[in-house]
Amino acid sequence: MVFKCYVEIGGVAYISFGPHASKLVAIVDVIDQNRALVDGPCSGVRRQAMPFKCMQLTDFLLKFPHSPHQKYVWAAWEKENINTKWKATRRAKKIEARERKAKMTDFDHYKVMQAKKMRNRIVKHEVKKLQKASTQKGSPKKGAAQKAQTANVFAKKIPLKKAEGQKASGQKAPAK
Amino acid sequence: MADKKPPKEPKEKKVRKEKKEKNKKEDVAEKVVKKPRKHCSRNPVLARGIGRYSRSAMYSRRAMYKRKYAAPKTRIERKKKEKVPATISKPVGGDKNGGTRVVKIRKMPRYYPTEDVPRKLLSHGKKPFSQHVRRLRSSITPGTVLIMLTGRHRGKRVVFLKQLASGLLLVTGPLTINRVPLRRTHQKFVIATSTRVNLAGVKIPSHLTDAYFKKKRLRKPRHQEGEIFDTEKEKYEITEQRKADQKTVDSQILPQIKKIPQLRGYLRSVFSLSNGVYPHKLVF
Repeated sequence: MVFKCYVEIGGVAYISFGPHASKLVAIVDVIDQNRALVDGPCSGVRRQAMPFKCMQLTDFLLKFPHSPHQKYVWAAWEKENINTKWKATRRAKKIEARERKAKMTDFDHYKVMQAKKMRNRIVKHEVKKLQKASTQKGSPKKGAAQKAQTANVFAKKIPLKKAEGQKASGQKAPAK
Repeated sequence: MADKKPPKEPKEKKVRKEKKEKNKKEDVAEKVVKKPRKHCSRNPVLARGIGRYSRSAMYSRRAMYKRKYAAPKTRIERKKKEKVPATISKPVGGDKNGGTRVVKIRKMPRYYPTEDVPRKLLSHGKKPFSQHVRRLRSSITPGTVLIMLTGRHRGKRVVFLKQLASGLLLVTGPLTINRVPLRRTHQKFVIATSTRVNLAGVKIPSHLTDAYFKKKRLRKPRHQEGEIFDTEKEKYEITEQRKADQKTVDSQILPQIKKIPQLRGYLRSVFSLSNGVYPHKLVF
C-alpha cells in the first residue's frame, strides 16, 4: 500500500502505548530510522527520544524548523490550538468512547441495554408502520423509502436518548 | 561568693528588682543554695599542666572550707535495699490458743514442673469456629448490590444488609423485586458491584442472627420403618415471623431503591455472560 502520511518535523503524533500512552506529541527531530526526538510541552511529555513504533501520526502539522527550543514548540502548539482541535476529531471521540465503554459498570451495562432496546423498539415500530402503509399502496419503491424514513427516525430519537442515561448516550453517538 | 547573696535593703530602683525580691523571699523562707555563677579559674597557668598554686593553696582560694557537700550516694548504697523481714510472728488461735508461731513470708514452691517452659499443646492457637476472625471485602458495604453466583438464586442481583456473626452476609432481594427473601450468602460466592443503595436510616431488626436462619431438622428418628420420612420436615413452610421481618426490612429499602432511576429494573434483571464478555475485563 502506498503510504499516505509521512513523518515530518512538526508533525503531531498520538502515542499509542508505553508510559505516555494516549498523549499527543510533536516530532521535533529524527534521530535514526527507528527513533525521533519528540516533545509535548502542552501534553505533559518531556522532550525525549521515542520510537516510531509507538507513535501514530495525526493530520496536524506544526510549523517550526528542526530541533527548536521547547518554548517554540509550545508557541506553535498553542497557536494552532492542537488540544481543542484534537478533541474535536472523530478519532479522539472514538478513543474516548472506547475508554468509557471499558469503564462501564454492571449497572451501566443494564442502562445501555435498556436504552438500545427502547430505541430498537421505536425503530421497528416505525418500520412496521411504513411496511403496512406500503403494502396497502402496493408500490415497489417501499424498500428505499423505508430506509430513508428509518434514518429520519434514528436522527429524531437519538437526541431523546441523550436525555436518558449518561454513559448510554456516550456509547451511541460514536457507535452510530 | 558572698556577693551573690542579695542586700537586705530592697533596691527598688534597679531593673533587677523583681529578681532580688524573689531572692529575698527565698532567703527568708530557707537558706537555698542558688546556682553560683561560674568564676574563671583561680589558678593561673604557668605552663601547660602546671598551675601557680598548690593543692592546699587552692583549697583556701576556692573557699572549699565553706563548701561542705555530702558525698553522693554510691551505686552500691543506692542498690542496697532495706532488708524485708523474712519471717513474721503470728498469734496462734483455735485449739492451741495463746502464744505465737513464726511463719515464713516467702515460702519455697510446693511443686517443680519437669519442664521450665511447658510445651504448647497441639491445639495451641487453634480457635473454634465461633472465635474465628471475620473478614469482609472492602468492596462490600451495607447497601451494595451483589450478584449471587451460586444457589437457587444464581445470577440475581441483590442488596447487601450486613455481615452476621458467622461471617455470612445477610442479603435481601427485596422480595417484591426479585423473589429473594432475607437470606444468608457466602462472601466468596458473590460479586460485589459498585452500585450502592443508601441504607443510612434503615434499621435491621436485631433478632436476625445466624440462629434465626439456621435450617431446622428433626433429630429424633423413631425407628418405625414406615414413617421415618413423614415426621421430618419435608416441605419448608414460611413462618409468619419471616414474612413480618421481610416486610419491615423491605419497606425501608424500597423507597431508597425507587430514588435511583432504573435501579428497580436492574435488580429485577439477571446477570449472565455472553459471547465476547470476559469476567476479567468487566468492571463491576
